[in-house]
Amino acid sequence: MKYQVLVRLKPGVLDVQGKAVENGLKDKKFDAIRNVRVGRVIELEVDGVAAPEAKAQVDEVCKLLLANPVIEQYEIKEVA
Amino acid sequence: MKVAVVVFPGTNCEQDVHHVYGRLLKQEAFPVWHRETDLKGADVVVLPGGFSYGDYLRTGALAKLSPVMNAVKAHAEAGGKVVGICNGFQILCESGLLPGVLLENVGRRFLSRFVNIRVESTASFFTSGMTAGDVITCPIAHFQGNYFAEQPVLDDLEKRGQVVFRYCDKQGNVRPDDRGLNVNGSCRAIAGISNRAGNVVGLMPHPERAVESLIGFVGGASGLTPFQPAA
Repeated sequence: MKYQVLVRLKPGVLDVQGKAVENGLKDKKFDAIRNVRVGRVIELEVDGVAAPEAKAQVDEVCKLLLANPVIEQYEIKEVA
Repeated sequence: MKVAVVVFPGTNCEQDVHHVYGRLLKQEAFPVWHRETDLKGADVVVLPGGFSYGDYLRTGALAKLSPVMNAVKAHAEAGGKVVGICNGFQILCESGLLPGVLLENVGRRFLSRFVNIRVESTASFFTSGMTAGDVITCPIAHFQGNYFAEQPVLDDLEKRGQVVFRYCDKQGNVRPDDRGLNVNGSCRAIAGISNRAGNVVGLMPHPERAVESLIGFVGGASGLTPFQPAA
């Protein structure tokens, strides 16, 4: 099973990277672009484990490591 | 006093810490590699600064999975003393031994400079030999030093005296909105915190780099003071 995990900062948490991207674009005449938020996509495969258990493992890994619940939220997508 | 200095791949301040405890304070200090599971009877465990695991994923996130961290957690839960400096603070937050997290600096710059910090609480083991209001000058060197926690968590930290250090000016005045003082944009200008019991402390500044008279640290409270064993 292949999964994509999308990790992003919770709303309200200052996204310093997003701000940098936004400011960079302003100088290039894209000053209509607002609220840039930078997230992270993590792809992973789970081998030889049935789907519900595989997804449960991915969820556990998200909580343990991939996302920090203090500042981040995550979504798990099955891709194949 | 026995001091374990934990070394992760990418740690780079272990020698500074060793110098303070071993050479200046004449304590028994020894390195503990992150794959080890025994802290060898240490009274104090130090997680020094650096870039553990290259800061991959999030600073401190991968270090929390190192085998040694189970021993560090057990030590902390049994009331043992733990201090995390800079990357060590980030690791303690990621491990859940301290609340909150260190975000990127508000100014989007790596900050390598001196700051002044004020002792807010002497309830922690690290500040027990100091006086509330003491100001010490020491360096910072970090990209992710912007302390963040939700408002209720911050209120709780304040109420329980867990805010240990705040960024301030030379006279000890704290102005959280002043980027000349609260240089990384930390919530409420927090530079260091402790757990409830006060036996686990994390801070972003490097007091271990402000200990030598050669570079101007003499008299009064200096970076050396918090490392002194309890009298």
